Amino acid sequence: MSYNINKKGYYGKFGGAFIPEMLYPNVEELRQNYLKVMAEPEFKKEFNQLLKDYVGRPSPLYFAKRLSEKYNTKIYLKREDLNHTGAHKINNTIGQILMAMRLGKTRIIAETGAGQHGVATATVCALMGLECIVYMGDIDIARQAPNVARMKMLGAEVRPALSGSRTLKDATNEAIRDWINNPVNTHYIIGSVVGPHPYPDMVARFQSVVSEEIQWQLKEQEGSSKPDYVVACIGGGSNAAGVYYHYLDDEDVKLIAVEAAGKGVDSGASAATSVLGKEGIIHGSKTLLMQTKDGQITEPYSISAGLDYPGVGPMHAHLYKSGRAEFISITDDDAMTAGLEMCKLEGIIPAIETSHALAVFDKKQFNKNDIVVVSLSGRGDKDLDTYINHFKL
Amino acid sequence: MTIDNIMNRIQIKLKEDKKLLSIYFTAGYPNINDTVTIIQNLEKNGVDMIEIGLPFSDPLADGPTIQASSTQALKNGMTTEVLFNQLKDIRKTVNIPLVIMGYFNPMLQYGVEAFCAKCQEIGIDGLIIPDLPVDVYHEEYKAIFEKHGLINVFLITPQTSVERINYIDSISNGFIYIVSSASTTGAKSGFGDEQTNYFKRIANMNLNNPQIVGFGISNNETFAQATQYAKGAIIGSAFIKYLTNNGVDKIDSFVKQILT
Ligand SMILES: Cc1ncc(COP(=O)(O)O)c(C=O)c1O
Repeated sequence: MSYNINKKGYYGKFGGAFIPEMLYPNVEELRQNYLKVMAEPEFKKEFNQLLKDYVGRPSPLYFAKRLSEKYNTKIYLKREDLNHTGAHKINNTIGQILMAMRLGKTRIIAETGAGQHGVATATVCALMGLECIVYMGDIDIARQAPNVARMKMLGAEVRPALSGSRTLKDATNEAIRDWINNPVNTHYIIGSVVGPHPYPDMVARFQSVVSEEIQWQLKEQEGSSKPDYVVACIGGGSNAAGVYYHYLDDEDVKLIAVEAAGKGVDSGASAATSVLGKEGIIHGSKTLLMQTKDGQITEPYSISAGLDYPGVGPMHAHLYKSGRAEFISITDDDAMTAGLEMCKLEGIIPAIETSHALAVFDKKQFNKNDIVVVSLSGRGDKDLDTYINHFKL
Repeated sequence: MTIDNIMNRIQIKLKEDKKLLSIYFTAGYPNINDTVTIIQNLEKNGVDMIEIGLPFSDPLADGPTIQASSTQALKNGMTTEVLFNQLKDIRKTVNIPLVIMGYFNPMLQYGVEAFCAKCQEIGIDGLIIPDLPVDVYHEEYKAIFEKHGLINVFLITPQTSVERINYIDSISNGFIYIVSSASTTGAKSGFGDEQTNYFKRIANMNLNNPQIVGFGISNNETFAQATQYAKGAIIGSAFIKYLTNNGVDKIDSFVKQILT
């Protein structure tokens, strides 16, 4: 059984391109070209060069000694937090800006929730000298001021999304609407493995550099390229897609996906899509999403803005339904505690998204000899205010 | 009963020797119980066809006006079930073709087959579902729509290739919805040569299905421009704005203004 995408753009029954006809030419142009472009030697060379010299790859695979001792297992951290701009998001934006340029696009749009993807997009646009417009819910603009300032310093225009609930899903709607209105010169750099085919596959491929590195790094350190477990937090699912990618079809490697339970899965304030979601269509993709009985998309909640998305990428919907990945949900409080523990034990301040993945060790017992690789998807600088407020620091 | 042996109201209407005016409104807006009144008033004043918008929380293809009416309609309590209940006796008083326009997710949750069956029971003639892709419809849902006598309407835009227009024409059995420009819904300041040439280009393709233009039509001038080459035109956002300012009692003057 293959867990990767099929020829028609589906993971099992999830995926596809459920888009209005106005978007068809844009999405179709991308679909027809993305694999061809990614296979060009010149493209690969430029992508890899930028990942090395600009992003700082390969990111270390670090054996977390004190954390491993505490939980009596072998924990490795894949340090995406050490990338330029502080998270895995830049792997995707570097790939997509090169793709946009190959397709002759001169104007870039993006959506952002917490601002991490917005900053990563503004960064690559500055690098390439392209116009950049980032849509952000006006509620998020208010609560993520430092990232808004970063985007502006990098030369991007931040446009408030004023529709619907005025957060990430609405920013995504606005970006899609912008693309409908600018079909010729614009490329939409989507921030996760979501959206219509080919986006989930394209973003997963750009992020797959992460598991490619884990394979040889683990081989060097442990003599085997295969961990027993790979753990990642899931918002849309791009950092998870990156760490899972080369292990998808190798069932010796167990996959763990950590979702945000918010104030508790049954509290009415949660973002645990696998538990609370039902099959449906969001942002052009058939996947699991949180919705009313009537099919209206509902607003999720998590303390972490990056996990605060009512859907999940179609790859992950399939990994969940097929049982290939184990899904665990972690509350705000447990995530925050795990984040602080990481600071104290390893001297690393993680992004709150990442803290959710770290909380898995309190929920699940691993064997002493298990090798567990955790995606340390981002650094916590952007979250200091939230940590300060939570712990009254 | 299939679409081939019984003529659908849309197909009959399309045979009339006149330019057709179709009006879109969002069900549940301005007030939850306005649906039937709006439909009856539109018919009484000479509108040829009505698109009843089933509101959605995330209307990707819509501009600010329809976004706002959808948000308000949902706040007012509109749901698929409520709409079907409001429409259950509509065919006792209304004869013109009725089309439901909505996004795919609410239909999927209701169940596509159940949704179509309910539409047939009520006397709905067609559906416009912007985010149901042509090939998915073709492979998975066409048989269901046809079983329930429903016409599915597809959109084309200035960017749609000739090949794709021909494909869409081949699986349509009512009319083709011409989106006037690359944009979301909402009134523009008027049509220029670019749009007129595009409408003409489509007319010259001699498609099997007549074409009706939508997006950006707001008054009698844009209606006349749009229908110079096409069979009819659809007005949405401009009508919603009118309802916002004037309520449902003065629909007659809105329609008169378009048709003079
Ligand atoms: C550090 C970090 N991790 C994880 C995520 C969640 O996104 P994804 O699931 O696409 O990796 C985000 C999103 O902003 C993030 O900033």
